[in-house]
Amino acid sequence: MTELLSFEGLRKDYFGVPAVRDLTLGIRKGEVVGVIGENGAGKSTLMNMIGGVVAPSAGEMRWLGALYHPRSPSDATARGVAFIHQELNLFTNLTIAENIFVDDFPSRFGLIDRTAMRQRTADLLRQLALDVATETDVEKLTPGERQLVEIAKALHRDAELIIFDEPTTSLTPRETAKLFETIERLKADGKTILYISHILGDVKRLCDSVVVLRDGQLVAQEKAEGFDVPDMITAMIGRALGGLYPERSAAPSSDILFSAKGLCQPGILEDVSFDIHAGEILGLFGLMGSGRSEMARIVFGLDPLEQGELTLQGNPLSGGVRARIASGVAFVTEDRRAEGLLMDAPTVDNLSLVSIEEFGRTSLAFLDQARLEQSTEHLKTEMVIKAGDIRTQPVRALSGGNQQKVVIGKWLMRQPDLFILDEPTRGVDVGAKFEIYAIADRLAAAGSGVLFISSELEELTGMCDRIMVMNRGEVTGRFDRSDFSDRDILAMAFGKKPETNGVAA
Amino acid sequence: MTGSARDRAAAVLTRHGTLLLFLLIVFVFGTQAPAFIGPENLGNVIKQASFIGIAAVGMVFVLLTAGIDLSVGSVMYLGPLIAGFAMRDYGVGVAGGLVVAVAAGAVMGAINAFLIVVLKIVPFIVTLSTLFFFRGFGAYLTSSRQFDFPDEIRAFGLSSVFGVPTPILFFVAVALAAHLVLSRTAFGRQVYAIGNDEPAAAKAGIRVGRVKASVYIICSSLAALAGFILIAQIGRLDTGFGEGREFDVIAAAVLGGASLFGGFGTAFSAVIGATMIQAVKTGLVFTGTNLYLQPMLQGLIIFAAVFLDSLRASRLEMLRRRFIRPV
Repeated sequence: MTELLSFEGLRKDYFGVPAVRDLTLGIRKGEVVGVIGENGAGKSTLMNMIGGVVAPSAGEMRWLGALYHPRSPSDATARGVAFIHQELNLFTNLTIAENIFVDDFPSRFGLIDRTAMRQRTADLLRQLALDVATETDVEKLTPGERQLVEIAKALHRDAELIIFDEPTTSLTPRETAKLFETIERLKADGKTILYISHILGDVKRLCDSVVVLRDGQLVAQEKAEGFDVPDMITAMIGRALGGLYPERSAAPSSDILFSAKGLCQPGILEDVSFDIHAGEILGLFGLMGSGRSEMARIVFGLDPLEQGELTLQGNPLSGGVRARIASGVAFVTEDRRAEGLLMDAPTVDNLSLVSIEEFGRTSLAFLDQARLEQSTEHLKTEMVIKAGDIRTQPVRALSGGNQQKVVIGKWLMRQPDLFILDEPTRGVDVGAKFEIYAIADRLAAAGSGVLFISSELEELTGMCDRIMVMNRGEVTGRFDRSDFSDRDILAMAFGKKPETNGVAA
Repeated sequence: MTGSARDRAAAVLTRHGTLLLFLLIVFVFGTQAPAFIGPENLGNVIKQASFIGIAAVGMVFVLLTAGIDLSVGSVMYLGPLIAGFAMRDYGVGVAGGLVVAVAAGAVMGAINAFLIVVLKIVPFIVTLSTLFFFRGFGAYLTSSRQFDFPDEIRAFGLSSVFGVPTPILFFVAVALAAHLVLSRTAFGRQVYAIGNDEPAAAKAGIRVGRVKASVYIICSSLAALAGFILIAQIGRLDTGFGEGREFDVIAAAVLGGASLFGGFGTAFSAVIGATMIQAVKTGLVFTGTNLYLQPMLQGLIIFAAVFLDSLRASRLEMLRRRFIRPV
């Protein structure tokens, strides 16, 4: 078979840090190829290069032997590349037919030729065995049907290479089965498929061969036959330990500080229960789309909760964000740029954002400027925030690590009981990482509970007293410090049900 | 389950809220003043609604892309004024005057479009400043004096074809043409796509800038046309003409079902909304309601329109929520 797409020494750097390097690989025409790797292994970067979203820093791509350097997503589309993303690119207010033709309506006498459009769409839907009217608004379709519409779009544009990125996360088992049939049919028609997924069982079942990426490099390219799920996991995680973690300065107490019982939210969480003891750091591990951040948002009162109980020091947690903050919950969000910081405001304003009302006698009274500056200056020294004049320099000018310290610092001013850290070290350099770990340790030593959410398993095993694992909105595993095993934790994150139950909380 | 019953009631209310409100208004005024629902009065209501209605059709284009145009009130003034100069000083006829007014409107729309699409300034700020600029330019041209049109313009404004007053004909023609463009042309469907998800539209290869520029030009052209048609009935142009009308126009479009958040609404939204607002105004006169209560009631209508819209938007938000497991 000929190679549809091949890479030769492909490399992509972001700010000098390689996201993909030395990648040499060929994708044969008509094959279904699984692409697996942990978060940050370089899968998205590779797909973005194929899709013309970013350009490689070095190396070359070839399409049927000829040099292939798409300059924009539409270049890639024109060449025959189609993406089916987890989040679909459909216009919910338009019909199925309109979505398929949106960039290229057939016209007659200046008006849209609706007959032609409808016929072509009906053909495509029949090929995909999707039995709905071509004039149905996309809004009314289920996630599975919407995905088929995306596939119809790809077929309409004569796509040769169809890339599926975590396509099954929001599908029911029946819809998933139907998707797999569709992929089989596409393969029979000679299409080439790249299938990216964290659900390794599916990859094994569906794909002809599997490509494993780790730290931006190709670590394995195997026939799916004989390459079993445990082998895949080993290939994905076999990385050297290099991080440094502070010694934990105190052991957690036996008092339960926070507890969540039977949290259910349709489409998000299913029966999630856990406790956090005073002085404990509980790690929460899960892959993208496992529901870890969604759960944090629910605990913090940002998103609704249909069923279940949350208690902090014996008192039920209820109400919105303000009430939760008042009860002693703090939340450092995953996306500090968008949700955690006022980028153009100086450090002082950011640090005092949550506790500002405590610096005036009432919310309308003048602020006690002297006390405010004293507190923020104190925090700056204590947390080693490296900034210029904290009253004038905008936080935008600080480094990632120092920005993150400001985000954490603003909550420290209130001395919260429960601290939720969602990916606190993402995009932070090694030195600042250590300081953030030290802050987490200090919080725990002072008697607070910390929920440490991360997709870096290494830092969780390095810092946490216990680790809880989630997959698709459910808790799939719990581990005590003595039982930490990268392999088992990852297996459960990939949705394998625990064989021997880890010690429950 | 009470939850789903409430959901269904909310769905009905958000989908057909406008129509229900419309029927309620007609019913209330009809019981108080039976003459209100006579054919003669209803014809009158539509004729008077045509002024706001034509401009509201243009506004629907802009709202569909999730934009806004606050300058329409000033365009209604400056467009016909320029046409008036052409007619008085250069001997252009009524038909020519109408063309000049619409062309002037298109130029004003192009100015808005340039600032919004090329300089990437938010529509609200752009059109707020051109609101003052366009009216200011008119005041400079006339030294803030009333402008008298040649007499023949009133013959046109008060004419009718087969008993149907000309303003209504224009209203109907504009609404039908806009409906055809929005529902049956590639351009129209792309307007909807942009309002639904602008980044996705750009990724799908739609020329977002060009489409967005077009909607502002269409909006201003129709505002100028609306102004010209009303002026043609009066024969003169006061300096305050059209002042504050932008809010009537936006309220009409939104009340009829166009969303301020983009992506939803049709040309008929403008027709229904404008007719509804006019029906309330006329109804208040019919029932002898205190004249000074009118502005307050108008405020309530605008509030109702925007409230309905935000209900619709929050429902949509719910539909768009991302799920990580099957429900």
